[in-house]
Amino acid sequence: MSLRRNKPGERGQRFLNPVNFLVPILSLFVVACGGDHPQSTIDPATSDFGPAIQDLYLTVFWWAMLILAVVWLVLAYILIRYRSRPGDPEPKQTHGHLGLEIGWTIAAAIVVVVITIPTIRTVFRTQAPAGPGALIVEVVGHQWWWEFRYPAEGVVTANELRLPVGRTVELQMTSADVIHSFWIPRFGGKRDLNPWVREPDDRGPRINRLTFTVEETGVYLGQCAEYCGLAHGLMGMRAIVETEADFQTWVQSMQSSPVPETGTQADRGREAFMTSTCIACHSIAGTNARGVLGPSLTRLGARTTIGAGLLDNTPENVAAWIRNPAEFKPGVKMPGVSEGGGGLPPTGLSEEQIEAIAAYLSSLR
Amino acid sequence: MSDSTASSKAGSASARSAAAELYTDPRGFGATVWSWITTVDHKRIGIMYASAALFFLLIGGAEALLMRIQLAVPQNDFVDAETFNQLFTMHGTTMIFLVAMPMAVAFFNYIVPLQIGARDVAFPRLNALSFWVFLFGGLYLNSSFLFNAAPNASWVGYANLTSTQFSPGPNVDFWVIGLSIVGVSSLVGAINFITTIINLRAPGLTLMRLPLFTWMTFVTSWILVTAIPVIAVALIFLAADRFFATNFFVPTAGGDPVLWQHLFWIFGHPEVYILILPSFGIMSEVVSTFSRKPLFGYPVVVYAGILIGFIGWGVWSHHMFTTGLGPIADSFFVVSTMIIAIPTGVKIFNWLATMWGGSIRFTSAMLFAIGLLAIFTVGGLSGIMHASAPVDLQQHDSYFVVAHFHYTIVGGAMTGLFAGFYYWFPKVTGRLMSEALGKLHFWTFLIGFNLTFFPMHFAGLFGMPRRVFTYPAELNVAEYNMASTIGAFIFGLSSLIFLWNLWRSSLKGKPAGANPWGAPSLEWSTSSPPPHYNFAEIPEVKSRDPLWTSDVPPEKPLAHDEEPLMPSPSFWPILTAFGISLTWILVMTRIWWVPLIGLALTAICIYSWAFQPEFREATQEQG
Amino acid sequence: MSMEIAHHPPTATGLDNRKLGFWVFIGSETLFFGSLISTYMVYKGASVAGPYPHDVLNIPLTSISTFVLLTSSLAMVLALAAVQNGNRSGTLLWLMVTAVFGLIFLGFQAYEFTHFVHEGLTIKSNVFGSAFFVLTGFHGVHVSVGVIWLLSLWILTLRGKIGKENSINVEIAGLYWHFVDIVWIVIFTLIYLIP
Repeated sequence: MSLRRNKPGERGQRFLNPVNFLVPILSLFVVACGGDHPQSTIDPATSDFGPAIQDLYLTVFWWAMLILAVVWLVLAYILIRYRSRPGDPEPKQTHGHLGLEIGWTIAAAIVVVVITIPTIRTVFRTQAPAGPGALIVEVVGHQWWWEFRYPAEGVVTANELRLPVGRTVELQMTSADVIHSFWIPRFGGKRDLNPWVREPDDRGPRINRLTFTVEETGVYLGQCAEYCGLAHGLMGMRAIVETEADFQTWVQSMQSSPVPETGTQADRGREAFMTSTCIACHSIAGTNARGVLGPSLTRLGARTTIGAGLLDNTPENVAAWIRNPAEFKPGVKMPGVSEGGGGLPPTGLSEEQIEAIAAYLSSLR
Repeated sequence: MSDSTASSKAGSASARSAAAELYTDPRGFGATVWSWITTVDHKRIGIMYASAALFFLLIGGAEALLMRIQLAVPQNDFVDAETFNQLFTMHGTTMIFLVAMPMAVAFFNYIVPLQIGARDVAFPRLNALSFWVFLFGGLYLNSSFLFNAAPNASWVGYANLTSTQFSPGPNVDFWVIGLSIVGVSSLVGAINFITTIINLRAPGLTLMRLPLFTWMTFVTSWILVTAIPVIAVALIFLAADRFFATNFFVPTAGGDPVLWQHLFWIFGHPEVYILILPSFGIMSEVVSTFSRKPLFGYPVVVYAGILIGFIGWGVWSHHMFTTGLGPIADSFFVVSTMIIAIPTGVKIFNWLATMWGGSIRFTSAMLFAIGLLAIFTVGGLSGIMHASAPVDLQQHDSYFVVAHFHYTIVGGAMTGLFAGFYYWFPKVTGRLMSEALGKLHFWTFLIGFNLTFFPMHFAGLFGMPRRVFTYPAELNVAEYNMASTIGAFIFGLSSLIFLWNLWRSSLKGKPAGANPWGAPSLEWSTSSPPPHYNFAEIPEVKSRDPLWTSDVPPEKPLAHDEEPLMPSPSFWPILTAFGISLTWILVMTRIWWVPLIGLALTAICIYSWAFQPEFREATQEQG
Repeated sequence: MSMEIAHHPPTATGLDNRKLGFWVFIGSETLFFGSLISTYMVYKGASVAGPYPHDVLNIPLTSISTFVLLTSSLAMVLALAAVQNGNRSGTLLWLMVTAVFGLIFLGFQAYEFTHFVHEGLTIKSNVFGSAFFVLTGFHGVHVSVGVIWLLSLWILTLRGKIGKENSINVEIAGLYWHFVDIVWIVIFTLIYLIP
């Protein structure tokens, strides 16, 4: 595709030649499907929600490509065939053609109908209530972390959603502060988390639901998808999908917490944790820490990341977070050692205490 | 079509002095400034709107480039989160309310009275008021940067993030008040244009003979009149919550933040038709003129525009498919949104049919019109994808949507406005724009624009949400972001080329003559630029393309004492605009009686205005 | 509200620009009040805490003020008829009656609002308070603007500046006044009469 200079009046529309666009577009697609995109919307891992959307998307996509091709090809033809040449007579002053108008209106209407019918079917299918036996998880959005509660299992955790493979999950979603949106693209579409609203007949908070069944084990990435303030871009999450057996093991482990051996650094960390302001916000199952303002830290050591998908979960990172969380997440509602946060004064913890607490939390596997 | 060559030599001297005479006062700089401040001439007001819009375009463009630098690589720290959030909020707010809308209004102002054979709009002083209110509102909104408190809750300002609890600073105050002020401008302007188009048409100019640009101005004005009150109410509720502790969007008191979304989008969706229809109108005229054929299917194109305006009222919740409205409501809005694709497609087909069989001249205006056709179609089709609600559950709030609306708003509305500039610049200034620079602008624009926004489809498909100040490397969307950033700078460069062309051509462009393009509508029968009274004699119109059916004689200039009486300049519009702006700004003090000071000033201005005669012999505008 | 008699070119519809423009403005006001009223309706029953509508709304009292406002529309019609007939004293009388009745209505509103505040319903108390006071408050502001407008016309009529030739000024004020009245009928029906 060379770019030769055109003489005045000569057609210069090579860029608009559709062929020149198709090749790069298609090659991007090849790259797309083959590459590693952990938050891809076109690589569903669920058996219901994701593929339903994917199939619909492909339908609409190919119709759109057809229409685009027709418009661009006709345009290209017109620009070449009907460009003005010196000495051109006045063109025929056609004012319209009723048949043509009716024809292309009907054609457009047909395409619309053909797209709308499967759309509406999919709307109802993907919003159908989950059947009995579904795993219910309550999702509560906070600025800027995710709370996950498993009412039947008696588990409260944060930022990492653990799910059994092959079992239908129903997420019930609200927000504790502003509007957030739950989005794990490889599971399917997103749904907003609306702050508590009183129902007219006093039924309680308005809950949004999302239902899906994941078919492959693995780690899935997600993010908040509704602008929710300063650190909206850093409100990530992960879903860990495992076998039913592993899931049950995890549920069991979340009912209690291991106690570190006396005299170890972890033990000193536990001591420091339970006697400082940490417990004002955080909870650890089976201990005196029962705060609800911040994420639950039960079995924190077993999580892959901290800070809502922000940092890898290592003792160094945990210590750095405790030292100065605002360094990683602007506006975070947690105080650091020398700066307050979330309405709380600075923690004033010593380096030794910080490292010990980090060791304690990392020991909670 | 040969006016330009026939009068080029003699014309250059007279073109220079005609434009200079029209726009400056011989008594000096101060008198010139005063004449612009007090003008009620629709042509001057149009020029002021365009100049202000271009000024705000530079600001909005700078905001975009700063964002693109930040997003060029993952985990970047070029700007911090707070700054980025202010940038994307102000970029959207500025581009929509302070650039795209006023730019269209600039054309409404200059062109519509000329197209309908009128001497001015129905309410010339109200017209001036609209401009000054818009300018003061825009300046006020941007003054927030001086306090490092620019709005930061996105251009849609969703409750309850915008409550004082979650947005404690003055940022959102600036936003609420700035938009309220600017809204007054649009509403008043719309009433003016509706009255003008209905009442001031030349004899014989029936509605179905109106040029398409005037038709689309008419439909757009009706959309404004009906949509602006709704956002006014939404802003009043938000202001009441923030300034007077009401509970409209406070969940714990029974308020519903989703109500904000309904009210906002009931305005917001018609708003996008407000943005696009004027450019569709320009499109119809440019394509017809440069194909040397009348617009194909004129009545159908008109009805399609009216239908779009009408149906556009019933689609708003397609912005809310993720809020949990339920399958029945979702389905209703799927259907209405899909339906609106039909009249839009029909317009595109009619433009293609206009060009078919024509004799196409690739002037800069026509290049941009062709560009609109090619690019807007892409945006319209990604819109169809969003209309399918389940698909939208993936695309909503991702970069896919960012791609969609830039393809439609920039590739549709902005491209059409560029075409309008190249098309009507000769009428306004009496000079032609440089075709060489125009073509350079077009090609750098085409490359820059597509390189910026096409990769965003992929970033969105691969899960990059919008309104994020950074993204992790593991998403593997970095290459798309880098491509967008490079494209953005090329796009920015193309706009600078355009501005340079505007500036240089207004001083040195070749004289244009009355009708350099051989176009059919009435504005081309006047001299370029037109005298301040527009027409020596109001023409009588007998067809849709009056200058092609040769029933309008060319205009001859009148002697000074033969000129018709025109509305006199007035100081009250700018002062009233100041009063209105001041009233709203004083609401920020949160003391209920302080805004009454501004209200008192406004009342005094209104009374003085009412008692000032519209026509005062002694103060006829210099022409 | 311009004062000159000449210089209005013939219009395509025969309607004066100001009248046409004002009708369009009323169209936008319809949507303005429509949004306020819809919000009130949407929030019916949503208040978490009282006072609730049935605690404070006084239908008999508000019926009287409604009647006063409706009667003022009749007075407005008579004022317009008078000015169109060149009847200066009639114009003065009926303009003043309209304005006074408007003021009486506002007086009732002021009483009602202060009474509600004493009962514990303020603009901040709950969603009902917010929606009610913003809606009726804006209506009251519109009535007040109308009263000022009418009194201005009264003074101008007194000074001989308004007469048969520029009766359109009274006509447009009448349009506004009737519109504000109709909005009140809707508000009264939806908020007071329907439980």
